[in-house]
Amino acid sequence: MSTLEAPERPHDDVGEHDDEHHDHPTDKKYVKIAVILAVLTAAEIATYPGEDLLGSFLIPILLVLMVIKFWYVAAFFMHLKFDARMFSWVFIAGLATAAIVYIIVLATFEFFV
Amino acid sequence: MAEVTIPAPVVTHDGHGHGTTTGVSNPKLGMWVFLGSECMLFGGLISTYLLYKDRIGDAGIAGRDVFDIPFTSVSSFVLLMSSLTMVLAVSAIGRGDHRRTRTWLLATAMLGGVFIAGQLYEFTAFYREGLGFTTSLFSSAFFTLTGFHGVHVTVGIVMLLSLYTLSLKGRLPTERAESVEIVGLYWHFVDIVWILIFTLVYLIP
Repeated sequence: MSTLEAPERPHDDVGEHDDEHHDHPTDKKYVKIAVILAVLTAAEIATYPGEDLLGSFLIPILLVLMVIKFWYVAAFFMHLKFDARMFSWVFIAGLATAAIVYIIVLATFEFFV
Repeated sequence: MAEVTIPAPVVTHDGHGHGTTTGVSNPKLGMWVFLGSECMLFGGLISTYLLYKDRIGDAGIAGRDVFDIPFTSVSSFVLLMSSLTMVLAVSAIGRGDHRRTRTWLLATAMLGGVFIAGQLYEFTAFYREGLGFTTSLFSSAFFTLTGFHGVHVTVGIVMLLSLYTLSLKGRLPTERAESVEIVGLYWHFVDIVWILIFTLVYLIP
């Protein structure tokens, strides 16, 4: 005979991975984020005719805009800000590994010189 | 007779237990692991492009000679907006609104199709200007990177249309909303990769 027995776990002892279902943003919020992303993209495109004007600031500005857009999509559209932390860590692990490996590769080939 | 005790699935405090040892959905975790590994793939392709972008060979055709930034900007905007329609599809199926889910899934697939059509047009234009896959190290790296991304978008479109068909046949109930969310994760990742490509390949001189 078998019985079904739920493990006893107090609510405050379930670990951070159990907070997977926090309230996700509303559709209105998603549209707002899309507008922000569109504005950031417009700002990126605006740097194209103004390359000479921006000079050495061009690349840092583009990289910052790129990272902000990346963060908005990952945090809100992919729900990393609201889902279980485990998902974030898995993704960050892949991202960080790739970044470290390929920065070393680029440095080896004297890309930054 | 000996009594066998089978532990019941862990039910979280908010009632959304997944019955897994991690407490999170295995398919969703699997998709995140896959996306983590995809970072390595695209990292390699982007690094290769960065290393070879100045190796334009005898043809002498550099990226800036052929890139049509206004056209690619529109393509980028289309793909970015497809992320909005995708997240709206995920939101709609979460509410059990299947009609809207289908609308947003189809809109996402169509926007993805527009992006791919734009990429094919761009590739054709480059070829006509003398930039083929084997013209130079730069062209090989460029076509490999953007081509791989295009293949990912195409696979995403196939998945979106599959979900659309399933929903039409009534085989995508609200209980299977996670399937839409998982395809959504893939789609947003493809969008994120394009955010990187657009900046690193097209905009940075």
